[in-house]
Amino acid sequence: MSYILILGAKSDMAKAVARVYASHGYDLYLACRNTAELDEQIKDIDVRYSRKAVPVEMDITATETHAAIYGALDPKPEGVISVVGYLGDQKTAEKDFSEADRIMRTNYAGPVSMLNLAANDMESRKSGFIIGISSVAGDRGRKSNYIYGSAKAGFSEYLSGLRNRLFTAGVHVMTVKPGFVDTKMTAGMDLPKKLTAQPSEVAEDIYSAWSKGKNVIYTKKRWRLIMLIIRHIPEFMFKKTSI
Amino acid sequence: MSLYSWGNYPRIENRVIRYTGERGLAETISKNSQMIPYGNGRSYGDSALGDTILHMRNHDLFISFDDQTGLLRCKSGVLLSEILDVFVPRGWFLKITPGTKLITIGGAIASDVHGKNHHVEGCFSECVLSFRIMTADGDIINCSREENADMFHATCGGMGLTGVILEADIYLKKINSKNIVQTTVKTSDLKATFDAFSEYKHMPYSVAWIDCLAKGSKLGRCLLMAGDFADDGDLTPNADRKKDIPFNFPSFSLNNLSVSAFNTLYYAKGKNGVAKVDYDQFFYPLDAINNWNRIYGRNGFTQYQFILPLDASYEGLEKILKKIADSGKGSFLAVLKLYGKANENWLSFPMEGYSLALDFKIEHGLFDLLYKLDRIVLDYGGRIYLTKDVRVPEKTFEQGYPMIDKFRELREQTGMNRKFSSLQSRRVNI
Ligand SMILES: Cc1cc2nc3c(=O)[nH]c(=O)nc-3n(C[C@H](O)[C@H](O)[C@H](O)COP(=O)(O)OP(=O)(O)OC[C@H]3O[C@@H](n4cnc5c(N)ncnc54)[C@H](O)[C@@H]3O)c2cc1C
Ligand SMILES: NC(=O)c1ccc[n+]([C@@H]2O[C@H](COP(=O)([O-])OP(=O)(O)OC[C@H]3O[C@@H](n4cnc5c(N)ncnc54)[C@H](OP(=O)(O)O)[C@@H]3O)[C@@H](O)[C@H]2O)c1
Repeated sequence: MSYILILGAKSDMAKAVARVYASHGYDLYLACRNTAELDEQIKDIDVRYSRKAVPVEMDITATETHAAIYGALDPKPEGVISVVGYLGDQKTAEKDFSEADRIMRTNYAGPVSMLNLAANDMESRKSGFIIGISSVAGDRGRKSNYIYGSAKAGFSEYLSGLRNRLFTAGVHVMTVKPGFVDTKMTAGMDLPKKLTAQPSEVAEDIYSAWSKGKNVIYTKKRWRLIMLIIRHIPEFMFKKTSI
Repeated sequence: MSLYSWGNYPRIENRVIRYTGERGLAETISKNSQMIPYGNGRSYGDSALGDTILHMRNHDLFISFDDQTGLLRCKSGVLLSEILDVFVPRGWFLKITPGTKLITIGGAIASDVHGKNHHVEGCFSECVLSFRIMTADGDIINCSREENADMFHATCGGMGLTGVILEADIYLKKINSKNIVQTTVKTSDLKATFDAFSEYKHMPYSVAWIDCLAKGSKLGRCLLMAGDFADDGDLTPNADRKKDIPFNFPSFSLNNLSVSAFNTLYYAKGKNGVAKVDYDQFFYPLDAINNWNRIYGRNGFTQYQFILPLDASYEGLEKILKKIADSGKGSFLAVLKLYGKANENWLSFPMEGYSLALDFKIEHGLFDLLYKLDRIVLDYGGRIYLTKDVRVPEKTFEQGYPMIDKFRELREQTGMNRKFSSLQSRRVNI
């Protein structure tokens, strides 16, 4: 059976995505740091779906290790889903470049390094797919999280270019822009219920959009309209807001 | 984001702490007091509500399954629906299931829930071999009928007040079909309803829907549904039939007239006879409508569920049904069921006899009616089901549960009373 490689496999969102793909018959490569912590998740996939889940030790910021990690995968994955991300702390990132650097490397440089390898492989195979989890935060820079937002913006544009490049090879590239999701990343934040998705909802949205060959999706869907409005607020007004 | 329970009443602010692992939970327990575990919020009242909520839903991993014995080990946040999704296609079903599959294993144990087969199979604890629970000092202990037996019997039905259940070993049962052969019987009054229950006692599953607004000679008329699994080898997954109720209905939409019309229609539509339906239709008809609780409006609703001992059931029910019909307070759902023997758990609800469950919109005058019903229930030696309750007074509660002092003692001795409490436990002083 074919494999899906999931980057950032320990997150709540990745756990949900892994389940949906396993339930549709895929085996999994689960890539993350401290893979020892994946043992229970791997058993869960086995009991629920009788599918294989193989741990892959990976730090997304250790880009020099990526070629070896991807090279060792046998068989090569049919699809790669990048879920890794790091929200970080905006205020710290303004004063301390190492925090800004970590945000940029986790949300942008790191995923680019892994996805480049996958893209080259899939382009030569003329098959496969890539799904990248970006964020609505990348649709417009705001003072509350623009370091994270700009890294996600970069990642969204990367995926857009990649989609353009791989089109002729028949490789499907999909960009996912979640709004609020109820996960470890947002624990303790007071999020509006109606705009906040559960990880399982995001995973179902991803699977269904992917099966329809969609390019860019928002989840929950109402975020598309919200971001359309936010993107169209004129800059002279936008700069005075705190949203 | 504050959490509510299924009745959407009361709506209180609370701090929600999501489960992040055993170490994190132990730390949370050592630093806080007045915490209450929360599964999937399908209890109707304030059993899972408090100032600090330990949200266990995402503790949802399957650990192992033995396909020789049907023994499943999983974490406490796993939903019954997830178990069915995975195991019905392999020919296994829950031994005991309530009328919704959207509850967690933790919630099923803590309320010692029961289903349409209580008269044959008993409560949920019957399928529980053992569980691991985190106590007030952060230790994890194994509980079964042999090991820490007191904790086992206090926790099954203990409403989250004896610690946080982390994982459990439960037995599933073999099925050869996802379908149920269902017999529907329409009765004309309470006497006929009781006769029908006796007649269909041999069937593993049975429950009756009572028309609570019918008066006089029609008092107690019902549709009784009885059934058992078919033997047709069909184990294909059910189609997804979910519908949404998009917003809270304005609370005036559910007046006496509309309930009465609904009841009359439902009764008129019911046909005597035998039909084959899938397990979702038979066990979980309400799960097909997402958020159906919203039809009761923003003020929310409650469910009044009581049970009466067998020999007092007929007289008691007759009295209570009269009171309800006279009050004109509507109930969409009134479910009557014949139960089997009580078990050894300290706070489990079931006893041999009949139980009635009715939904009421929260409105002025409702609690006065319910206090009156309480008195009848106690007069006839019955009791109230905590997992549906939001208002029962301490004295009323106590009188129905003879083991309550033992439970209080265990909470005191183990320090549980200083760590775990819900709005409900504070109200009834346990
Ligand atoms: C439509 C519908 C039909 C129903 N039908 C029936 C029925 O037929 N029979 C029946 O018996 N019940 C029935 N119920 C009630 C329901 O089964 C119980 O209230 C059940 O306990 C809810 O489980 P939950 O996971 O949602 O838990 P919650 O509602 O979140 O919590 C319920 C109780 O369990 C405790 N709890 C939850 N998780 C844990 C844990 N991990 N460790 C320790 N304590 C925990 C809570 O503290 C609380 O006291 C029905 C409810 C609905 C909405
Ligand atoms: N939650 C939201 O509201 C929201 C909204 C929009 C977009 N998103 C995006 O959705 C994705 C999933 O996020 P989430 O909400 O599920 O949060 P999360 O649990 O914090 O997920 C982020 C994951 O990335 C992993 N990661 C971070 N740095 C890494 C590194 N150097 N190497 C390898 N893995 C690393 C983390 O691993 P560890 O477990 O080891 O820390 C974690 O599993 C992210 O891309 C996030 O930006 C989230």
